[in-house]
Amino acid sequence: MTDLPQGPTAHARGVPASDVPASPVPASDVPVSGVLVSARGLEVHFPVRSGNALRRTTGLLRAVDGVDLDIHRGETLGLVGESGCGKSTLGNALLRLVEPTGGTVTFDGTDVTGLDRRGLRDLRRRAGMVFQDPFASLDPRRTVRQTVSEPLEVHGLRSGRQERSARVAELLELVGLDPAVADRYPHEFSGGQRQRVGIARALAGEPDFLVCDEAIASLDVSVQAQVLNLLRRLQRQLGLTLLFISHDLSAVRHVSDRIAVMYLGRVVEVGPAAAVGSDPKMPYTQALLSAVPVPHPALERTRQRVVLGGDVPSPANVPSGCRFRTRCPYVFEPCPDVDPALQPVGAPGQLAACHLHGVVGRPVEQEDAVPAPAD
Amino acid sequence: MQSTSAPLLEVEDLRVRLRTPRGPAEVVNGLSYAVGRGETVAVVGESGSGKSVSVLALLGLLPVRVATVTGAARLDGEDLLTMPPERLREVRGPGVGMVFQDPMTSLNPVLTIGRQLVEGIRAHGEVSKAAARERAAGLLAEVGLPDPQRALDRYPHELSGGMRQRVVIAIALAHNPSLLIADEATTALDVTVQAQILDLVAGLQSEHGTGVVWITHDLGVVAGIADRVLVMYGGRCVEDGSVDDVLERPAHPYTRGLLGALPDLASSGDGELATVPGVPPAPTDLPAGCVFWPRCPVRSDPRCETEQPPLAVVGASTGGLPHRAATWCEEGSPR
Ligand SMILES: Nc1ncnc2c1ncn2[C@@H]1O[C@H](COP(=O)(O)OP(=O)(O)OP(=O)(O)O)[C@@H](O)[C@H]1O
Ligand SMILES: Nc1ncnc2c1ncn2[C@@H]1O[C@H](COP(=O)(O)OP(=O)(O)OP(=O)(O)O)[C@@H](O)[C@H]1O
Ligand code: SF4
Ligand code: SF4
Ligand SMILES: [Mg+2]
Ligand SMILES: [Mg+2]
Repeated sequence: MTDLPQGPTAHARGVPASDVPASPVPASDVPVSGVLVSARGLEVHFPVRSGNALRRTTGLLRAVDGVDLDIHRGETLGLVGESGCGKSTLGNALLRLVEPTGGTVTFDGTDVTGLDRRGLRDLRRRAGMVFQDPFASLDPRRTVRQTVSEPLEVHGLRSGRQERSARVAELLELVGLDPAVADRYPHEFSGGQRQRVGIARALAGEPDFLVCDEAIASLDVSVQAQVLNLLRRLQRQLGLTLLFISHDLSAVRHVSDRIAVMYLGRVVEVGPAAAVGSDPKMPYTQALLSAVPVPHPALERTRQRVVLGGDVPSPANVPSGCRFRTRCPYVFEPCPDVDPALQPVGAPGQLAACHLHGVVGRPVEQEDAVPAPAD
Repeated sequence: MQSTSAPLLEVEDLRVRLRTPRGPAEVVNGLSYAVGRGETVAVVGESGSGKSVSVLALLGLLPVRVATVTGAARLDGEDLLTMPPERLREVRGPGVGMVFQDPMTSLNPVLTIGRQLVEGIRAHGEVSKAAARERAAGLLAEVGLPDPQRALDRYPHELSGGMRQRVVIAIALAHNPSLLIADEATTALDVTVQAQILDLVAGLQSEHGTGVVWITHDLGVVAGIADRVLVMYGGRCVEDGSVDDVLERPAHPYTRGLLGALPDLASSGDGELATVPGVPPAPTDLPAGCVFWPRCPVRSDPRCETEQPPLAVVGASTGGLPHRAATWCEEGSPR
């Protein structure tokens, strides 16, 4: 489940003793001090309703369905996967912007699911989010200055209007916007400009952990490059830990130390960026990488990609055993019967959930194999 | 892929000025291009360069109190900019499919996906409710939404970002439009789903001769689908030509900077990515001369700061399209 060396390495790495929890860590677990954010068996299930008038609950949609993931201090973890596989929901659940229905999330050793209001407010400052949709995430009635300085006020980070103003200007410059735009409203900005306002706001609270959900999708490539450089610089300077959710695999490869791949609510492969990016071990990751378009017309016209056949399964009706089996070109006997666990394979620290590397996992129980009843 | 007859869409000297509290903003400054039947024109360029505003202007979707639009935009010979509003609605409805950059503005949050699709389908044709629902589910299946029948009963907020975007694409394709305008239509999609959508559009093009204007930041997508590329900066077209010419032999210093900023799949994160230093000009305060001069790494000509360079042919062209760039600098060298 982990790719960190086990045992009492915390002190050897010079981590202050106060960061080590008082209660003994289970032998099978990672030393908490190397890990900032950790999910174990995390589940977010939404009720599925159908029919227009009554909207009765007719099943469960398993948006996040048993995710085990560690995010190490100071690293950038790239998170990729098919549209609708649960990346945003996972990011939201780590920050408790959505309530998990099962499993645990710990942030810096604290169980996030048990936080009271004060604890939550502290979490909101230490862990920020840049949203996918730059249009929906900014309040149209507030100027950029009001938007960006809000976290400063809420968390009492700068006293006095002048100081706050100076900080807002600094943050805008940091994300490549002219500080003179501070008094404008969101509708006066292009998509990419709004996205940068969102990033400036997220950085205002001086967070330790930032979830960037498609934060660069609407930026042109030169501005993308500025933001990627900025994120890496901030990371080195401030020790920022990043979860970088993106469909742009080249960008993910460029900024990430490690990459995690999700499929239908699960992490199916994780490991060092170089290994996952160039020698993936899980068939879904392989298909995904083969589909990346390249900006050279002659190459792009002749590129071979693995086309995934088969029906795209719904998270309301997850296939038994390996959830990729309905589309996997290599499917074989154990796939419908054993739910594959992440196992070490390939490079050090690389884990993949696939029986091609040895049949490991939980045998399917009878009730799991039966899809949720339609009524 | 070029048609011999008149192009499907012909945009001529399009200009858009927006009223802002800080004075008039010249957001689009003399844009001209043509889209043939079955042809794909990709529009790329700086964030804020007027890509979205220019297509919204074509379809009369900018607020009239704020926007002044001049020029001409002929769709099948009829000027969209001078058409009476009723006629524009008639033409736009079934004939032009539009995917907006922001999927949430085109979806009503309080109506189910099914209701919105069915209404769209029935608005421009005599179809029974049941048949429209069948067609709606079929469209959702074509854009790769899992379990399309059930998806019809869901509300927009219950879908992921990429699923919403696909619903908007399904609505835009519902009437097999003759012109499709897609503004960042696949940015929220993973590459496998994106490939599926691109194949779907290519099918529409070969079957119905749909002309496509594809606005995107993804130059890999451009390489795969475009016949012609238009590069925008500061509300102007600074370079255009065939996709091979523009991506492989960029001539304008901005285009070269843009291509130089790309991370590639093989690169690791150790080096900084090249960027185009500086910030883009504010449309309320465009520089005289070449719009790019304050940031141009190679400016040397005395005219750069005083005289606007015209779009002029550079080098040899391929694919039967002239390769043009608006710069005073020496002819482009290969990247
Ligand atoms: N509030 C909600 N109610 C019901 N279902 C939801 C809700 N939010 C998300 N879902 C469902 O959960 C699944 C995962 O959604 P999520 O937004 O996490 O996907 P994603 O991986 O971020 O996709 P994308 O790449 O398209 O943004 C989807 O099937 C979606 O329809
Ligand atoms: N309603 C408005 N009022 C004032 N200015 C506006 C308005 N809408 C857009 N602008 C400005 O017009 C310019 C062009 O915006 P547009 O949305 O067309 O950019 P874009 O090229 O689509 O950028 P992106 O790639 O970021 O989407 C921007 O500088 C923007 O700030
Ligand atoms: S476990 Fe089986 S179905 Fe799943 S990815 Fe591996 S080979 Fe394919
Ligand atoms: S005209 Fe001058 S400033 Fe403009 S792009 Fe060419 S060299 Fe640079
Ligand atoms: Mg998402
Ligand atoms: Mg735009």
